[in-house]
Amino acid sequence: MTDDRGCFRRRDLLRGVTLGGSGLLLGGCDVMNENATFRSALRGAEKLNQMTHRTLADRAALAPEYAMSDISPVFKTNGSLTGTSTDYLAHLQNDFADWRLRIDGLVANPMDIGLAALRAMPSRTQITRHDCVEGWSAIAQWQGTPLRLLLQQAQLSPRAKYIVFHCADNYGARPYYESIDVIDAFHPQTILAWGMNGETLPIKYGAPVRLRVERQLGYKHAKYVMRVEATDDLSKFHGGKGGYWEDVGDYEYYAGI
Amino acid sequence: MDATQYMTQDVAKRHRLSTRIWHWLNALVATIMLMSGLMIFNAHPQLYWGDFGSREDYAWLQIDDTRTTGFVRIGDVSFETTGVLGLSLDAKDNVRRVAFPGWATIPTAYDLAAARRWHFAFAWVFALGLTAFMLVSLFNGHIRKDLHVRRAEWRWAALWSDIKDHARLRFGNKMNESHYNIIQKFSYIGVIFLLLPLLILTGITMSPAMNAAWPWLLDLFGGRQSARSLHFIGAVLMILFVVAHLIMVLLSGPITGIRSMITGRAMPKSKPDQGGRRP
Repeated sequence: MTDDRGCFRRRDLLRGVTLGGSGLLLGGCDVMNENATFRSALRGAEKLNQMTHRTLADRAALAPEYAMSDISPVFKTNGSLTGTSTDYLAHLQNDFADWRLRIDGLVANPMDIGLAALRAMPSRTQITRHDCVEGWSAIAQWQGTPLRLLLQQAQLSPRAKYIVFHCADNYGARPYYESIDVIDAFHPQTILAWGMNGETLPIKYGAPVRLRVERQLGYKHAKYVMRVEATDDLSKFHGGKGGYWEDVGDYEYYAGI
Repeated sequence: MDATQYMTQDVAKRHRLSTRIWHWLNALVATIMLMSGLMIFNAHPQLYWGDFGSREDYAWLQIDDTRTTGFVRIGDVSFETTGVLGLSLDAKDNVRRVAFPGWATIPTAYDLAAARRWHFAFAWVFALGLTAFMLVSLFNGHIRKDLHVRRAEWRWAALWSDIKDHARLRFGNKMNESHYNIIQKFSYIGVIFLLLPLLILTGITMSPAMNAAWPWLLDLFGGRQSARSLHFIGAVLMILFVVAHLIMVLLSGPITGIRSMITGRAMPKSKPDQGGRRP
């Protein structure tokens, strides 16, 4: 009993010293890392970074594009390597012949569009660099339909602020999803890609279509996209932070760094 | 002379207020940047040259483990670093297969998202602090009077004699006791005008959004993965600078040195046991 109390006091004292310390102390940094006020202050910098990027770069400023000779010999696969929903697996058996991309939410003209119709639309081909939040990069050529054209065809409501991408893969136990804001959705390099390095997009890279949103990190580039939903409120989807990694890993919503 | 006379005659202002504020702010912020940066490195402990690089490509530097040992590989040469790099024990003696151990990272336990938040928030303090210091030093004469390498100092003989003095643990400036010596000037100029800007610019180069805003940065550093490598090398140079700096402070009189960086006042230069030494 006495010993316990002694221990407790010592722990309190230690805690006090670390908390009261300069913050340079390791323990101090960990304590601050768990502190809600401090965390929200750090989060403020995320907004500042996004604002700065949008001020320094034009809304339509292009991500650098590379030459064929710059393409990575092997593009590292990451995340899910196939869609997992029963729906998806059935389409996979059928080579996505009956697969339809659903576009709905805050649009006047909800639509379902098949792979052949998507490919028949004007497309964009770009050789770009994929940057993972972990630090590695890989370069590939992507061909796909500009998201802008699809949103215009679906008559996006002016109330829409975000575009949510619902995916066919579960990563861990949870369904993958991602979202971007309307500014990035209308960027010329933001495409739903169905081709990669001159071929049909392979399964492990997100077939039948995956998102490319070139000025942001890899986790934003949702694979196995089944449905595109326009919304003005991200809090109603899954964990409410706008994306799988935002919910699960606490990564930034704005992935420009 | 008695103490009063020292105070009135010889006590000189050694460090300006702006220098002192920036110094201590940087001591804190650079530590945070380094430790959160090491955690970010832990997420992918390999480095490449060029635009791309992943586990599929050749890495010129790798810090990893074989499950039983930790190692650092630079090019084709590997060093075993078990216990510190690649594989180490945490505070509870659990084996951790991470490049840099928990005691060197912010936060201690693996958390890339949190480390990124620390790094990208304090980067602002770091970059704005440097910019402010540069501007103030330009206008208050710190650069011109103290850091500027004079014509007489641009000579191998002068530099060589300074190196010999350092080797004999004699620090100071022969031409003017109250000024930085040549090696000091080169170190401070190198850090303030080359190393710190290199760290900031290579950091910005790793941002895909900034690549769209300032694509010339990629050309300047030879691609995103080269920028990441240079960022890491810059951080290592920064550690070496700080270690050298701390050794010099210890060798040249730590109490005087630290006090002058806090109060701004130097000890009288004629006092025998101080010998005009300064960090």
